Amino acid sequence: MNEAISKPPETMHGRGRRRLMQGGMFFLFRLAAVINALALAIIVFFLVKNGWTAINWTFLTQMPYDSMTRGGILPCIVGTVYLSVCSMMIAFPLGAASAIYLNEYARQGIMVRIIRFGISNLAGVPSVVFGLFGLAVFVIWLDLGISILSGALTLGFLTLPVIIGASEEALKAVPDTYREASLGLGATKWQTIYRVVLPAALPSMLTGGILALSRAAGETAAIMFTAAVFFTTLLPKSIMEPVMALPYHIYVLATAGTEIEKTRHLQYGTALVLITLVLGMNLVAIIYRARLRRNDNQPVIAV
Amino acid sequence: MKHAVRQFREFSIRGFFFIMAFVSIAILCLILIFLAKEGLPIFEKVSIKDFLFGKYWYPTYDPADFGIFPLIVASLAVTACSAALAIPLGIMTAIYIAEIATPRLKEIAKPAVELLASLPSVVIGFFGMVVVAPFLQNTFNIPTGLNLFNASLMLAFMSVPTICTISEDAITSVPTELKEASLALGATHWETIVRVIIPASLSGLSTAVILGMSRAIGETMVVLMVAGGAAMMPSSIFSPVRPMPASIAAEMAEAPFRGDHYFALFATGMTLFLFTLVFNFIADYISHKHRQVGAATL
Repeated sequence: MNEAISKPPETMHGRGRRRLMQGGMFFLFRLAAVINALALAIIVFFLVKNGWTAINWTFLTQMPYDSMTRGGILPCIVGTVYLSVCSMMIAFPLGAASAIYLNEYARQGIMVRIIRFGISNLAGVPSVVFGLFGLAVFVIWLDLGISILSGALTLGFLTLPVIIGASEEALKAVPDTYREASLGLGATKWQTIYRVVLPAALPSMLTGGILALSRAAGETAAIMFTAAVFFTTLLPKSIMEPVMALPYHIYVLATAGTEIEKTRHLQYGTALVLITLVLGMNLVAIIYRARLRRNDNQPVIAV
Repeated sequence: MKHAVRQFREFSIRGFFFIMAFVSIAILCLILIFLAKEGLPIFEKVSIKDFLFGKYWYPTYDPADFGIFPLIVASLAVTACSAALAIPLGIMTAIYIAEIATPRLKEIAKPAVELLASLPSVVIGFFGMVVVAPFLQNTFNIPTGLNLFNASLMLAFMSVPTICTISEDAITSVPTELKEASLALGATHWETIVRVIIPASLSGLSTAVILGMSRAIGETMVVLMVAGGAAMMPSSIFSPVRPMPASIAAEMAEAPFRGDHYFALFATGMTLFLFTLVFNFIADYISHKHRQVGAATL
């Protein structure tokens, strides 16, 4: 008893120390978050600061010349657009279909465990290994050569897990009452999915598609052996031709050749174009998703 | 009759989606098969032991040396060093976002992490080359700024978003009851985080860390551009190194088609693939065996 009574001053002191501890640690946590934001800001700042002078209309619309020390990056922009759009045309239907099976049809069990395990492992495969895979399968075995098609297939499989993940989230967010109402009216399972579930989930599935598109646009190692080349004199005419691509162009200008210092401003310019493209797509997706979430409170039956 | 047609149609649609869901597994198997097909022939020339533990990687010499031990060590070294930076940074940011930040700041901090994740690796590599490398060279007075430390630093910022996002999910899914009980007993918020929230989400946090490291070991462009490229055992944190992905990416274009060098690079890819596979197995095992307490799952 006496001890308990004599304690208070000490406890008060202890409490102060505990508060101080909390304050100190919380400061560190805040610092960690600030460091991340700062890293992003510094990278973007340096690229903008050194790159914006390189960017003008001719830079964006001309072919490179003088062994790529002058001129523009038009073929790289075109190549990257081709590659990422084609890869989405392959990956989006596949990924959406996988997600529909996993979320709408499958029952929990060993099958689903295996499929999920496959997806999570596919997500962990290094991009350079995807590059080797694309080289061995598409370029050599299927004899598609170094072409947009080989690169798009490789990128498509690389981004598949991203699309499956996003599509599943989207399907999960559709309330079960929608499905029950449709089934209750006598619709079959497929009719329910096609007419009710998919229209409701489509906006956020497309958001996932945009994220995957940006991932494909920035990917380098996977297209190094499958689609990208140092230099082309003409824009690609078909998907069986190799292309130049923004990320590979940055790598080539920054590491190969004898004019590394001379083309520095072109490197910064290309990098700035690439991150504008990628961060732009991500920002659109983030803002769009935030809007979708805000509207979630008032369900709209979109049929 | 009509009913039967309808049932058949439903059945075939179900079958179609079932097959689609198996595409991921099929690709994974194809990757394994083709890496083996193009990589295994090297073991007719070099024994597996000499390949994995050989200390010299001189693929273009005559006679050539195909020992990828320095490459494996380099990969593990950059992964470990980047983890030492990325784990505390990633988990602390996750705790900040999940526990401390006001809703408003949260709406800034979360997209910042997502945007960091979306930066193309070649851009981060470029940044490491032209900004960080000269800075390191001048500050530490070392012969080259392209080295193990620089690569680890850049890789850390690539794995932080992975670690942070998964950790944040794990922390958010700790049941509120646990937190409330702890606070009601008089613990401070900090004590609740350390004694209740972190232990309760430990399996999620471990998964996050392993997946973050898996991302770091497989990352290519950063180590290709920033690590320095010397296929030697690192002697200090400022040694230039050549991790496995860098070696594959740099040499594949020059390796003669289906020559020994080509086979050796595929075998290196196989080794790298197995490393990431092991990381993923561990992550999968942890998240399934050690489910989170209460209603929390991953």
